Amino acid sequence: MSVAQLIGDWHALAVLFVAGVIPNQIWRMLGLWFGGGIDEGSELLVWVRAVATAILAGVIAQIVVEPPGALASVPDGLRYGAVGAGLVVFLLTRRSIFAGVVTGEVFMLVGKWWLG
Amino acid sequence: MDSGLAAPRRSGMTGWFARAHASPASRFLDVSIRFARYAGTIPHPAKTPVALPPLDSPQWQSPWRAFAWGLRSITQTILTIVLFVTYLGIGALAHDTHFSLAWALASTLFVWAGPAQIILITTLGSGATIIQSAIAVTVSAIRLFPMVVSVLPLMRTPQTKRRELIFAAHLTAVTLWVECHRFLPQVPRERRIAFVHGLGFGLVSVCLCANTVGYFLAANLTQTLGGAILLLTPLSFLFSTARNSREVADVVALALGIVLYPLAAMMNSGLDILVSGVAAGTIAYGVHWWREVRA
Repeated sequence: MSVAQLIGDWHALAVLFVAGVIPNQIWRMLGLWFGGGIDEGSELLVWVRAVATAILAGVIAQIVVEPPGALASVPDGLRYGAVGAGLVVFLLTRRSIFAGVVTGEVFMLVGKWWLG
Repeated sequence: MDSGLAAPRRSGMTGWFARAHASPASRFLDVSIRFARYAGTIPHPAKTPVALPPLDSPQWQSPWRAFAWGLRSITQTILTIVLFVTYLGIGALAHDTHFSLAWALASTLFVWAGPAQIILITTLGSGATIIQSAIAVTVSAIRLFPMVVSVLPLMRTPQTKRRELIFAAHLTAVTLWVECHRFLPQVPRERRIAFVHGLGFGLVSVCLCANTVGYFLAANLTQTLGGAILLLTPLSFLFSTARNSREVADVVALALGIVLYPLAAMMNSGLDILVSGVAAGTIAYGVHWWREVRA
């Protein structure tokens, strides 16, 4: 892998700033500037938080349903099964992130090995 | 001496705390819990003592020592491991979506919000336009606003200038936010900014290492192990979001958001995630509203 490959092209870095850094940082800087004036009882914030959670959920679903790169080599059923098994253990262990992640990974690896 | 408890500038916001609670500790806890609702997580205030010097220790006299204590505190939390695993996944995701390592590292350094980075990588990777990605990222980032609002008063003294808080604001994300509520009561107020800089510097460094490791693992591992690294991202995000979901609206938003995405994807509009996210989030808000009205 060459140095040029590791740096990539400047266009991609420009996209990072326009689509990633600015839309993200604007909220932190607004918090810094107008922090004291927030309306604590705002129903708008409850809605915004629900939408943000649902967007994140959509991203999780997208990675599992339309897997990128090497994850596409894992069969559909095995990916869904891994997330399902992880979720069951996560709930059984009173919401242990660690137990859920390890179970999902082991399920996927064992399944892949078993399927050959 | 905790001189800055009156620090929030609008006295109306916190005035009743001062009347309702005598001890600084209980006031502090109330502020954190009230704001937790808006930032999406309930922090776990220190139940177990954190290994820091006592407030009056000479250890706190130097800001550099405070920075070092902050740096060392990353070993005091399980969230460091969760972050490492998540950013391992982000590094691998960036590789498999054909972004460069420098791009992945720059996104960690300048965005510093896991969900926003994943949304950015997956939307751009699946062919969304810059505008579509920017909208999805900015919606996910709105939650940073109440987080910054709730965390900065913990570090402010009457003499603190706003520009001194810029780095602390930049470093604020869910992990730092939770840890500030846990650690800062045990840090003298005038050293808290230095402590947070140390803590944030440590966490960012761990994540940059994780990105690099994940990127090269994805490049060099077999398909199966590469797939296993990529699977870390949805697993760690699903479970850490589920863990932070205390209200029914959060659970509904998470579950519906997952279920509605494949439906929205069938429409093939290029805005799949926004469509399913706004629909699921609005339904979840409806559930919240309906329960409030009935209560």
